[in-house]
Amino acid sequence: MSESLVVEGLEVRHGGVQAVRGLSFEVRPGEIVGLIGANGAGKSSTLHAIMGVAPVTGGDIRLGKLSLRGRRPEEIARAGVALVPEGRRIFAELTVEENLKLGLAARRSRGAEAGVLSRVYDLFPIVEEFRRRHAGALSGGQQQQLAIARALVAEPDVLLLDEPSLGLAPTVVDVVFEALATIRSSGLAVLLVEQRAQRTVALADRSHVLANGELRLTLGPENANDTAAMVEAYFS
Amino acid sequence: MTLAVLNIDWQTLTDAVALGAIYALMAVGIGLVFGVLRLVNFAYGQLVMAGAFALALASQWGWPVWAGIVLCFAVVLVLSLAMDRLVFRPLRSHSPAVMLVATFAVAFLLQSVAVLWFGSLGKIATSLAYLNRPVTISNVDIRKITIVAVIVALACLLALTALLERTTIGLHMRAASMDFQTARILGVRANRVIAVAVLLSGALAAVVAVMLTVQTPLVTPDFALRDTIIVLAGVVLGGMNRPVSATLGGFAIGFASGLLGGALPTDKSQYLPSFLFAAVILVLLVRPRGLFARKGAVERV
Repeated sequence: MSESLVVEGLEVRHGGVQAVRGLSFEVRPGEIVGLIGANGAGKSSTLHAIMGVAPVTGGDIRLGKLSLRGRRPEEIARAGVALVPEGRRIFAELTVEENLKLGLAARRSRGAEAGVLSRVYDLFPIVEEFRRRHAGALSGGQQQQLAIARALVAEPDVLLLDEPSLGLAPTVVDVVFEALATIRSSGLAVLLVEQRAQRTVALADRSHVLANGELRLTLGPENANDTAAMVEAYFS
Repeated sequence: MTLAVLNIDWQTLTDAVALGAIYALMAVGIGLVFGVLRLVNFAYGQLVMAGAFALALASQWGWPVWAGIVLCFAVVLVLSLAMDRLVFRPLRSHSPAVMLVATFAVAFLLQSVAVLWFGSLGKIATSLAYLNRPVTISNVDIRKITIVAVIVALACLLALTALLERTTIGLHMRAASMDFQTARILGVRANRVIAVAVLLSGALAAVVAVMLTVQTPLVTPDFALRDTIIVLAGVVLGGMNRPVSATLGGFAIGFASGLLGGALPTDKSQYLPSFLFAAVILVLLVRPRGLFARKGAVERV
């Protein structure tokens, strides 16, 4: 039922700049794969390419047997890929509940919405508590939880997160990382782009270090304290 | 000019309200498409013109009133969809300037076609002319069209609000007009949202065509052109980015031009647009984001 995300020889080019070069990796159901690296290493470009909002100039992206390359973002979302965008991109003028309902747009099953809503409310109680408020009135951490909840109500196979801990207080970062572990155990394939390298390596099943658009190093949770290797890969 | 010249009576006032109501509908029609496409459709007036010619032809052929109105809606909706498919959709990924110029081209194209088919002298739409007769309410003569226009405009605005606030496609349209890319990433279908906005905008243009032909039964190829320019000023005046402020702007400028038109002595009426646009410039100097725009929403990190 659940599908793997396979990225194969991905090339992304923005104007004259080659952002991603020949990148290959796989995210299977029930796995978190981390993408770490310095700014401009190609992490976000990879997510944008998967989601159909960055130009793919080579390689392929597949969800199970379905190629996502060249599809429109709404088709990719409806195929089962959900993105928690950088900066959260919450609809500030809509209520929290309306933001969640937007997440239902990509939902494939036509079953009852109440069940899926109650599952994300269990994961993020704060979202339920504030569901009638305008999303713009939430704090940054609450908005981040809403952004993840909004992606989850679509019941995707693959969850992409673009720096979900950016700008959050340490306690909220804990909430987010704990939620990611729970999401993994529910059988989703999670692809996590992060700046917090050490935490990501500790949490993820595999973490790929990108530099200059290329995969330089792959680390497992056992390498979380091997900062020397990480630093070397970052600047290679 | 002194206040004594502004001899505003009740009939002028009610006519001004009716004109404000019609202009508010045009403002919403323009605002709906602007919301999802960030595009000012300068060909909006030509949609109204096409609908008005449909009404004129129907009354020339001796069709019953309802059939004329159905034809008017059919013509305007088909034209709107064609505009979306042939112009907006292929050009959507281009810069806003390209789309803007394209709508100018469409406007002139439609106007030229109207001149070719119907001649520049125009046709007369008479089937609803009886709505120009007055009813007397406590010694004030009010034309029936005034009452009809206000009721129809309110009904349209209420129905539209219900659609935007209560339905899934309405939610998708609101989200798309706030942040189109994020909406698409969440699975909102861009083409469907745009097509619905264009269709609703077209339906409003058809309603406006029906009501304007009652007020001005002579339908020429430049029918509704002047109204569109005034409404566009009104939309900018009210504030482009929210439907509510655009609607209020449309109403305000319609009301003002109705009032000024009635109050100015006949020999000075050619100055009406000058007064109107001078007022628009003044307002925008004081409130550049629009008369009814909300103060910037607070963003928290």
